Amino acid sequence: MTVATLRTTSPEAGAGRAAIAARTLRTDRWWIPPLTTAVGLIAWITYATVRVFMQKDYFVADYHYLTPFYSPCISNGCVPESAHFGTFLPDVWWLPYAALTLPFLLLFRMTCYYYRKAYYRAFWFSPPACAVAEPHAKYTGETRFPLIGQNLHRYFFYAAVLISLINTYDAIKAFETGDGEFGIGLGNLVLLVNVVALWAYTASCHSCRSIIGGRLNHFSQHPVRYKLWGWVTRLNGKHMQLAWLTLGTLALTDFYIMAVSAGWFSDPRIIN
Amino acid sequence: MTEIEQLSYDVIVIGAGGAGLRAAIEAREQGKKTAIISKSLFGKAHTVMAEGGCAASMGNVNDKDNWMVHFGDTMRGGKFLNNWRMAELHAKEAPDRVWELETYGAVFDRTPDGKISQRNFGGHTYPRLAHVGDRTGLELIRTLQQKIVSLQQEDFAATGDYEARIKVFAECTVTDLTKDGDRISGALAYWRESGRHLVFEAPAIILATGGIGKSFKVTSNSWEYTGDGHALALRAGASLINMEFIQFHPTGMVWPPSVKGILVTESVRGDGGVLTNSEGKRFMFDYIPDVFKAQYATTEEEADRWYTDADNNRRPPELLPRDEVARAINSEVKAGRGTPHGGVYLDVSSRLKAEVIIKKLPSMHHQFKELADVDITKEPMEVGPTCHYVMGGVEVDPDTGAASVDGLFAAGECSGGMHGSNRLGGNSLSDLLVFGRRAGAGAAAYVDSLGSQRPAISDDDVQVAARRSVAAFGDGGQEGSENPYTLHQELQQTMNDLVGIIRKEEEIQEALDKLEGLKARGEQVVVEGHRQFNPGWHLALDLRNMLLVSECVAKAAILRTESRGGHTRDDYPTMDAEWRHVLLVCTLNADGTIDVERQEQIPVRNDLLDLFESDELGKYFTTAELGGRI
Amino acid sequence: MGNQEHFRVWRGDDETGDFVDYDVEVNEGEVVLDIIHRIQATQAPDLAVRWNCKAGKCGSCSAEINGRPRLLCMTRMSTLPPGEPIVVTPMRTFPVIRDLVTDVSFNYEKAREVRAFVPPEGVAPGDYRMQQVDVERSQEFRKCIECFLCQDTCHVLRDHEENKPAFAGPRFLMRVAELDMHPLDAAAEQGLNRKEAAQDEHGLGFCNITKCCSEVCPEHIKITDNALIPLKERVVDLKFDPLIRRKKRARRA
Repeated sequence: MTVATLRTTSPEAGAGRAAIAARTLRTDRWWIPPLTTAVGLIAWITYATVRVFMQKDYFVADYHYLTPFYSPCISNGCVPESAHFGTFLPDVWWLPYAALTLPFLLLFRMTCYYYRKAYYRAFWFSPPACAVAEPHAKYTGETRFPLIGQNLHRYFFYAAVLISLINTYDAIKAFETGDGEFGIGLGNLVLLVNVVALWAYTASCHSCRSIIGGRLNHFSQHPVRYKLWGWVTRLNGKHMQLAWLTLGTLALTDFYIMAVSAGWFSDPRIIN
Repeated sequence: MTEIEQLSYDVIVIGAGGAGLRAAIEAREQGKKTAIISKSLFGKAHTVMAEGGCAASMGNVNDKDNWMVHFGDTMRGGKFLNNWRMAELHAKEAPDRVWELETYGAVFDRTPDGKISQRNFGGHTYPRLAHVGDRTGLELIRTLQQKIVSLQQEDFAATGDYEARIKVFAECTVTDLTKDGDRISGALAYWRESGRHLVFEAPAIILATGGIGKSFKVTSNSWEYTGDGHALALRAGASLINMEFIQFHPTGMVWPPSVKGILVTESVRGDGGVLTNSEGKRFMFDYIPDVFKAQYATTEEEADRWYTDADNNRRPPELLPRDEVARAINSEVKAGRGTPHGGVYLDVSSRLKAEVIIKKLPSMHHQFKELADVDITKEPMEVGPTCHYVMGGVEVDPDTGAASVDGLFAAGECSGGMHGSNRLGGNSLSDLLVFGRRAGAGAAAYVDSLGSQRPAISDDDVQVAARRSVAAFGDGGQEGSENPYTLHQELQQTMNDLVGIIRKEEEIQEALDKLEGLKARGEQVVVEGHRQFNPGWHLALDLRNMLLVSECVAKAAILRTESRGGHTRDDYPTMDAEWRHVLLVCTLNADGTIDVERQEQIPVRNDLLDLFESDELGKYFTTAELGGRI
Repeated sequence: MGNQEHFRVWRGDDETGDFVDYDVEVNEGEVVLDIIHRIQATQAPDLAVRWNCKAGKCGSCSAEINGRPRLLCMTRMSTLPPGEPIVVTPMRTFPVIRDLVTDVSFNYEKAREVRAFVPPEGVAPGDYRMQQVDVERSQEFRKCIECFLCQDTCHVLRDHEENKPAFAGPRFLMRVAELDMHPLDAAAEQGLNRKEAAQDEHGLGFCNITKCCSEVCPEHIKITDNALIPLKERVVDLKFDPLIRRKKRARRA
């Protein structure tokens, strides 16, 4: 065989490649995005963990404000008014009050196509940045256990839709004051913004995009699904931004409700 | 000499652009063991640069279209110098060739009823160009490439070897053809990568090497366009025709200097773009020649109405055939009404919405954004003529693509005749498909006709050719030493300035004198380094071809004392019917000089003449030719 | 008229090589390929570089500039930090032939492994009817100019030579997606399941969607979002989603 014909590449690393020792020749500050990601995610996870195990300051009885971190509140330790779906979990310190839903939310985000990219890069350095060598000797990607489980993303998406419905219920319920009257305060707006952002993030999911229409080969025969697919596609383009935005709105909503609940300040009221 | 690897095939295709790949597919489908030899990687050929589309009278957008209208447009565009049989075959077969591409997996833009969409283009009466945005050439090459892969998959299933019956030799250059008596017997080539020679023994060789644009300084052509097929044919004893006709595309980029010449697709005008000078005037209305007065609008209002109601209005003069538009731009710039960088303005930003521009002209938007920092949705482009296409090429039999040497075939840009003195946009891609297929079939039939009487390759010929190809490395015998890059630049400057878009006798003579000098200096070229992927050496070999072809162009240009299509003589500014029926034929003498001789065209068949009004024919033909028609 | 810039170009072959420094003139509007050509014409006539159209349409001049996979012809000098040396190297994922030219035959091997378009039986040429909305996704992928920068940057191949036999790379997984979304492809009728092939033969599972392929694509094709992830989701339909599978089986029954 002559040189320019197809040759089977030998599997050992570096076979015939240009002998360049440097791990990367990038001159820009390529490490900033993965570092920012890592810092952002660690900060959020720390905050969320602390809050989930605090088991207090999660509900404002006067205005029915329930933080999404405790929704639905199903532990025997929940304040009765906050538990819209009954209580049945034992009240122990190591079990979060919303222990039924939190794992699914965590898994939804952990298997999300955006977060995967983010943590594969920022934590696993696989790769840390484009054209920067990763430190691992072997790589099998998502071909085997446990990472093959990433393919279950769409189930967590289904769960996330249900949980978003619960969050929506919470946000609507919060328009009722403790006295059973209609009322609006700043907290309502916070809850509302959070719920809208959550829906946007959930709907922009890649699995959703596929289920809604991406699976089809003949859009022309399914005009309604094509239209929906178009909307989801547009949202999907902002999936990363929405992922970060919802981390922000979740933490802010929770913090706001904690602050009001703990009496650090009172909720400014617009109506009642 | 070292041992040279020898391979045996039924058909060798030189060139892996549209014509070459289509020819190879046909030869392989007819059961011939086929090799494709390409200077570049597989799928990179210059065909990818074709933007606008592929002309075929499918009638999907306007059902009045048919092969006869397409034939008429082609003849008109070529000023009736075309080989009428080629134009006829082309117009008749183009639709089938396009539809066939869909079965290979091509995905063209669609009409609302799901057919292949067709767009307007200069010189075409109806919307006729099948297209994919403005990257039709890429679609074509990728489709043909993938068809070849699919044939290889079939062969793999049958034999366990992908390359059993069709193989691509990528980054491999043919330097000479060999003959056994009067018949083609094979080709000598070398791997660009290693510099090692290899010999192909084959009774039939199809040239599909494209054009010659790299002999000019401002060109839309890539480095491959060095006239290899033209030169190989000459050296093998075949003849070239129409070499004086070179198409300068009216719209090439003019700024920045490093991208000068890169094509701005005609679709910009087809979709509504207008040409204006520095005074803001749509100057094309001043340049409608008499022969086209009936088909083109004379007011801006009528021209603008045409985009929405083509049946009741005449077309805008921006869509005149390319030669007319290129000359008009040239005149405007010469008259001092050009842009700061020596072009004119081409504007779509004021004519179409930004989203429409991005949808219809994505690669133009991208190209200007990335290369010139110009947003064509907001500001006009600056454009000027660029050397784009050579109408001339190997003289072939229209039905089989056979050249005058037994076993030699040619298709695509490197063959001549089809487009006459000027090619219509969109007729190139269809030409590739129609005549690529015909050359493949012609070569297969020729191989069949040989039976066991195959020509044999002579070892002596191979050794001579091999020595010649490495001569530039020098044996200490050369007197001076010339750098191939310098010579190439001088050649490009000479051709551009002296045998360019507007020509005169003294200048062409000056060019011929300079070419003589360059040829002598070409003998003294010495290249540095070794044979592995050595661009200096590659250029030295290409230079030999460019010099030969440039001489043909200049010698034919000085003889044709009229202006027609891609040949404009300042000293003979009008078209002369006495020249219409005359072809200028180039051949190579044993002493290395070029001969150009006149040859009478075969008269146009009567039923084809009947397709035209007699007063139109009267503008092109002599009274004697038309006999009783007038 | 121009100013001087300092270039460091990797020169060598598959055995040895090193950076060679060149001081070279740069003019307004030039791209890196212009400068490489200037070095060739004035200082190093045998400097090997692969190029072709010089307009970003053929995908021949792929290399790495300051460590980033780029087309030499589409990288304007004005976009690089002034005053700093400009480092040009061959693509690092493929074997080097000489200087900036690499052996990209890996890609052509992979191309052959993807089963070609299967024309629908009983539909004559000329009778193909497809709606624009149905072909648009495949058309986006067909914009690919095969520069192989995505293959070069993909860490699955770049950092792990041993994965080459099992992984087709983004370019060819996108080709599978293109065919799987083609409204008239009749692969299924021939018993070929492209989704299954993507997962089992072309190594879709290796992709961890870190999106470097999309970042480098000179055609701005959204390879990850529009080809790889949808293909992964289609594989989920087939292999990991019992609901959709049951629905399909019920429909067949």
